[in-house]
Amino acid sequence: MNLDALRVRFGAAIGEVTVFRGETNLTADRDCIVSLCKALRDEEALAFDFLSDLCGVDRFPASPRFLVVYHLYSLRHGHRLRVKVPLGGEEPVIDSVLPVWETADWHERECFDLFGIRFRNHPDLRRILLPEDFEGHPLRKDFPLEGVRKP
Amino acid sequence: MGLERLGETTIVTANLDRVVGWARKNSLWPLSFGLACCAIEMISTAAARYDIARFGMEVFRPSPRQADVMIVAGTVTCKMAPAVKRLYDQMAEPKWVVAMGACACSGGLFPTYAVIQGVDTFLPVDVYIPGCPVKPEALLDGLIRLQEKIAREAQGGAR
Repeated sequence: MNLDALRVRFGAAIGEVTVFRGETNLTADRDCIVSLCKALRDEEALAFDFLSDLCGVDRFPASPRFLVVYHLYSLRHGHRLRVKVPLGGEEPVIDSVLPVWETADWHERECFDLFGIRFRNHPDLRRILLPEDFEGHPLRKDFPLEGVRKP
Repeated sequence: MGLERLGETTIVTANLDRVVGWARKNSLWPLSFGLACCAIEMISTAAARYDIARFGMEVFRPSPRQADVMIVAGTVTCKMAPAVKRLYDQMAEPKWVVAMGACACSGGLFPTYAVIQGVDTFLPVDVYIPGCPVKPEALLDGLIRLQEKIAREAQGGAR
């Protein structure tokens, strides 16, 4: 898998590419995520036609605090790629990749539900696992495990 | 209760409430639904080895309209609680609730934001059965205690 073409096109928006135990990891800037994902999907040599997972990470108290991690798989070539996007702030926002892979719909809702990461342009960004009147985002490191109980 | 003779006929006299209570307690129809691992034990209790039919409680009903005992078998999550409450509301009176296992009694080993800390926070529980999960013998014991309670109620005793 050769990511050089992407580096030419996206320049500094793509950070370091690391390979650990045969798994390729790529760090990218938030602002280019949709165009980057489109390129990863449409580039003939890459053809990442399947978003196998999308998840959040809370690195509290490190900064930037959040990561959104995209696990991509190419059914055509059989190769995988992990894209990590760091997000700062208490109310992190990133563009939805739903126009690229429709399966992102529920993944992004889950990520919003549990981490409070907002996905811009998502058509139906509401809770998916927790009750709709739930307050807070329980997979954040500063959320108390017992929850906030009303008396 | 007493026996009276009226000419050739023998008449049994009894208190109506007691007779109704006796009939009720020996014909408990549990609502068949399970929420977690306790449900597996409940199924086992209803199967041949433990044979819940010996005590007149074997008619598990999949409809709340036809059931009079709700066995809350397992962990009730906050998202599931409204559905459990709705099933309870749909059951006809008289009805009873058995909290089966640590989770239903108190939240058990899940003191977390997602789990209801005991179904008695939103249902009137008649019998609590400890265990994690509850053994079939313990479930039978709990249901027999419920029967005793129903009989006691019929005699005008406290719930």
